[in-house]
Amino acid sequence: MTGEEWQLVGFTARMAALSTLLILPFGLGIAWCLAKLRWRGKALVETLVTLPLVLPPVVTGLVLLRVFGRHGPLGYWLHERLGVDIVFTWRGVALALAVMSLPLLVRAARSAFEEVNPAFEQIARTLGAGEWRVFLTVTLPLARRGVMGGTLLAFARALGEFGATILVAGNIPGQTTTVAVATYEYVQLGEDSHAWVLAAVSAAMAFLAVLLSESLLRRKRR
Amino acid sequence: MSEGISASFARKYTDGPEIRVEGLRGFAQSGITVLFGASGAGKSTLVRCLAGLERPDEGTIQFGGETWFDSARRLFVRPQERRIGYVPQEYALFPHLSVERNIGYGLREMARAERQGRVKETVSWLGLEGLERRLPRELSGGQQQRVSLARAIVRQPRLLLLDEPLSALDLPTRARLRSQLRQWLIERAIPSVVVTHDRTEALALGDSLAVMDGGRVVQQGSAPEVFGRPTSLAVAGILNVETVQPGRVLAMADGLATVAVGPRKLIAVAPDLPADAGEVYVCIRAEDVILIKGDAAHSSPRNCLPAVVRSLRPEGPMMRIDLDCGFPLAALLTKQACTELALASNDAVMALVKAPQIHLIPRAEV
Repeated sequence: MTGEEWQLVGFTARMAALSTLLILPFGLGIAWCLAKLRWRGKALVETLVTLPLVLPPVVTGLVLLRVFGRHGPLGYWLHERLGVDIVFTWRGVALALAVMSLPLLVRAARSAFEEVNPAFEQIARTLGAGEWRVFLTVTLPLARRGVMGGTLLAFARALGEFGATILVAGNIPGQTTTVAVATYEYVQLGEDSHAWVLAAVSAAMAFLAVLLSESLLRRKRR
Repeated sequence: MSEGISASFARKYTDGPEIRVEGLRGFAQSGITVLFGASGAGKSTLVRCLAGLERPDEGTIQFGGETWFDSARRLFVRPQERRIGYVPQEYALFPHLSVERNIGYGLREMARAERQGRVKETVSWLGLEGLERRLPRELSGGQQQRVSLARAIVRQPRLLLLDEPLSALDLPTRARLRSQLRQWLIERAIPSVVVTHDRTEALALGDSLAVMDGGRVVQQGSAPEVFGRPTSLAVAGILNVETVQPGRVLAMADGLATVAVGPRKLIAVAPDLPADAGEVYVCIRAEDVILIKGDAAHSSPRNCLPAVVRSLRPEGPMMRIDLDCGFPLAALLTKQACTELALASNDAVMALVKAPQIHLIPRAEV
């Protein structure tokens, strides 16, 4: 593998890890609200969160591009107030990966939280624990298998994301190009041998992530 | 000593029953209050509403001078702030925490050394030494029950709620833990509410009794009172034993116990009773009491008690006769039998009860 290819793999892995870390607190929060509370608008949030899973990734990318572009509502504010640009930067990559992998984390964590017997949470409350402590000491530890599985699945999904990434972050070599985007480019340029190397790397990374998730889950079985 | 619980509330389940508790006063003030009734009577709901785990639809719940729930003022004190102990039916020990950490869970605000001291003291009190590092799944049912009790009591709650504390255990363990549980609760002197649908358990554990039926508390009082004078036929049906009197085991021989009840001595078949049983409740069903007029010298029942008829009252097709034989005793006869005996108030009769029909329930001493 060439130095350029190593750079691609390293960058993609870092971005996937970053996006997974970003969605973790947020995704677990949503999952908890969906699993444990009854509230107005729950069905709407449920749908919105799951949407990126079924929408064509380019459509999700297009929406993000519009919202976070320099003339978009959020992008404008970020640029004017904080001097931060999202689109066509590495931040755009992280954003696209985060949005695309969020549904997997939320869905897995939600069902894991739902499976925690409420009797344990109720007992914790009668023992004086506030909601935050109940979550950290009872719900989360008891749901850890599902949460870890969901996290690794989200990470694996982020590694291979293509459609949203290319729209939001473009293809700037050394800055926003991920393994998936580079693979596409090589095919376009007719450089099939390069494309196959990257394809093999993608497959290997995905395989490892899923394998790790499975083995972790099995070891942690209660 | 607290003023106990005052409550009046309703909890309606969608497509389900309505639990309506009315005019409960001075409930669970001290000692052990048994909440007794068939399954589905609303016992668990009442206890869960007291714990704050369920929110009634309307009404009020007060404990001592505090209001825990008031629908009119939209007031609801969360379980975290009620300082009660709750032991659920299946114990709900945290499966990922050791015995030690389960027991110490509710002591977070305490300094480490103090917490460890308190946990250690509770562990040895309930005989859980050596199990501190085990996980709940490595414990027997009886051990889990004790850990669950320890976890609730270690915080020194103001009120202890136990929902069917023995029902998840196998029969021999249940019988053994029954008297121990009463002893433990008495030792700690925390006002306790124990939910049960088992009459033996109710009598073995409780100082006072509250009977629930159809989502309502229908009668409250001491066990002999409630059993001896049920306020309705429905209550009588639930209780199903008419005479419950405190007694003292004087001797045990060949599976026969000699028990002093008031000024009388009764013989009861009690092969499983420990020799040092001491205080017991003596239970006699009214339909097992035979009445004769005149001499009973040549009859087979071991217990022949001279008695005076205090009152007669029709109860469905039967007549209920309340007797005084040194202690109150109820008998149930057909109306025809009453007529043939020409029974009337103040008549002197002999009450006969066979030894196997006297049921003894041991009680830990107060």
